[in-house]
Amino acid sequence: MGWNRKILRINLTDATIKTEPLNMDWAQKYLGQRGLATKYLVEEIDPTVDPLSPANKMIFATGPLTGTAASTGGRYSVITKGALTNAIACSNSGGYFGAELKFAGWDMIIFEGKAAKPVYLTVIDDKVELHDASQIWGRSVWDTDEWIKKRHQDPMMHISAIGVAGENQVLYSCIVNDLHRAAGRSGVGAVMGSKNLKAVAVRGTKGVKVKDGMRFLRAARDAKKVLQENAVTGAGLPTYGTQVLMNVINEAGAMPTRNHREVQFEGAHDISAEAMATPRKSDGQKNLQTNQACFGCTIACGRISKIDEKHFSIQNKPQYWHASGGLEYEAAWALGSNTGVNDLEALTMVNFVCNEQGLDPISFGATVSAAMELYDLGLLTQEMTGGIDLKFGSAEALVKCAELTGKAEGFGKELGLGSLRLCKKYGRPELSMSVKGQEFPAYDSRGIQGMGLTYATSNRGACHLRSYTVSSEILGIPEKTDPLATDGKAALVKAFQDATAAVDSSGLCVFTTFAWTLNDIAPQVDAACEGEWSPERMLEMGERIWNMERVFNNKAGFTAKDDQLPPRLTTEPAQTGPAKGLVNGLDKMLPEYYALRGWTSEGVPTNETLSRLAL
Amino acid sequence: MLRALVIDPGKCTGCKQCEMACSFVKEGEFNVSKSRIRVFDFHTEARFVPYTCTQCAEAWCQQACPVNAITTNADGVKVVHENLCVGCKVCTIACPFGTVNYNASTGKVIKCDLCLGSPACAEACPTGAITFKDTEQAGFDKMKVWATQAAHATSTQGPNTPAAKG
Repeated sequence: MGWNRKILRINLTDATIKTEPLNMDWAQKYLGQRGLATKYLVEEIDPTVDPLSPANKMIFATGPLTGTAASTGGRYSVITKGALTNAIACSNSGGYFGAELKFAGWDMIIFEGKAAKPVYLTVIDDKVELHDASQIWGRSVWDTDEWIKKRHQDPMMHISAIGVAGENQVLYSCIVNDLHRAAGRSGVGAVMGSKNLKAVAVRGTKGVKVKDGMRFLRAARDAKKVLQENAVTGAGLPTYGTQVLMNVINEAGAMPTRNHREVQFEGAHDISAEAMATPRKSDGQKNLQTNQACFGCTIACGRISKIDEKHFSIQNKPQYWHASGGLEYEAAWALGSNTGVNDLEALTMVNFVCNEQGLDPISFGATVSAAMELYDLGLLTQEMTGGIDLKFGSAEALVKCAELTGKAEGFGKELGLGSLRLCKKYGRPELSMSVKGQEFPAYDSRGIQGMGLTYATSNRGACHLRSYTVSSEILGIPEKTDPLATDGKAALVKAFQDATAAVDSSGLCVFTTFAWTLNDIAPQVDAACEGEWSPERMLEMGERIWNMERVFNNKAGFTAKDDQLPPRLTTEPAQTGPAKGLVNGLDKMLPEYYALRGWTSEGVPTNETLSRLAL
Repeated sequence: MLRALVIDPGKCTGCKQCEMACSFVKEGEFNVSKSRIRVFDFHTEARFVPYTCTQCAEAWCQQACPVNAITTNADGVKVVHENLCVGCKVCTIACPFGTVNYNASTGKVIKCDLCLGSPACAEACPTGAITFKDTEQAGFDKMKVWATQAAHATSTQGPNTPAAKG
């Protein structure tokens, strides 16, 4: 119940398709999705494997609440060893694909090996087939979606695919489902590309059953009410999307600007949620057309936008003239504030390109920002960029970079390496704003201290979705802590990391935790799944998952020295805003964090910790 | 009083909670492919449209059924009697709106019956895009929106100004 108890194992090397029962002992220890698929991965691959080699595996995994009426119960994750990071990767996506996979009767799909030629997979209930993808290899996510639906005469299919960026193994390429939802980070798209797998198309007509239907409906209904009555999930997110944060974070002095040289962006308002909802001067239309929910979601934070057809970026490019997935806060920051570009239409266009070609807009924007700094310092010249005048603030340069990177053409090929490899190449690795090779998201850790520890210790490289302490430090959820203080942040980060790992294993969206705690989530899991699922058990499971990921990374070669921030954050004080004069105090937080985790001073979980967590 | 589902696509976010509620009530499981109400996603136009049976007064499905398996109850609802339905699918052809469909796993047709008085879809809808209202007043909310605009235009621009649009 909750689980379908069935998984698919696809060996791409010899084109075999096998079915297996789900390991229910593991399901009781790791629940589903992130936790359970990571368990499969760490049992099945050598942690030192080259992520782009056939020996790496890639798992599409749902949670037990995926495909149920629980609010936001539509998530799936892609678990693999990350191409960008060489660390454990787990990228989570919404849309409708995850629920459809459940309706087809499966909990997860494990991909092994590498196809001799490009292929795509169809899963239509029990009918599972590999097909020749030669006609869609080289085409966009959007074209692929349309082509597969036509080819199989089924407009109700839900499709997850890579664009040309994944095919070209751009190191931060993503996997896009339902046209504009993405398993975005850590280069999971490059792993899929390395396996010659273009797309997975699913259609399901079976049902998902739960353990106790009436109790589940009551628990889900109570929890939906909590979301509806909360100011963030009931009003802020549906109206403004995650972009509600743009002005808030800028005022907090935590808006990374021009590759983190500054912490406030003078153009923040121009690219904010409010700007998206205001009629444009150019044509009197709004950028924001409507909000959209992912499957089962009663929050509906998604943005659907339309670009001014006369804007320079889309002239003579009709594929961008219709409405599609618009800017989330992370994309608006990475493509905008971090590059110094305040042209909302250009940012929306680049966001469309990221969806169409399958690029993570965070890492792409941050890599362009790093390149802009190299250009500013004279380490890159216009000759080396193939004629692009790569100045901070240039919308034209940003658009050009977006068009070249997925295709791996010209200077785009270098941008496709990600900021760390790019900055190393030009002799300045410290200018890459990344941890474990993955670029920072949209919060400057001088203005929000806990996020420094979050980034440094995130198992998949710098990330906001592993412990979103912004909730506490800025929004006061569940309780307010001082964003400029380091005291107590080690415990805060650990608590958020463990709870988030549990949420990510359930099939639910982490955005619910603006309103929900595990006290709202556990009753839904408990009513849906065999076993007794208390909030305490969920939290302990989250800690188990966190340590399992850490052990994998340690075996892959990561040590305490990889839990560090670039020197800019720890030595160059913020120049403006509330954090003026401050650097991030990681050195104060990290030893305390290791101790709280039950790890050695070298960041290695002790045997006692591992046995306490039954690892 | 006859009541009907009133659907406002402008409020729909495409979350499919209506489909989940419907399939759970009717099939005992979460299964959108068996939902009597479906949400259509017009991606490029930024529109989501829920659609289901409108309970026609003179129902073509009912007229077409050769075994009288579809009857009208006291609330005007067209109800399929599974014990009578022979799965001939003529009603699915007769319905101009496509809202009667065949369920291969039972060999019968399925359609919305308004949950015989308290539709689960309307209750589950988080945005008020699906409501259950007095049929004779179904348009009043829409009228009120336009009336409000007319009131605003006349109060700010004088009594003889035509109502402003948009």
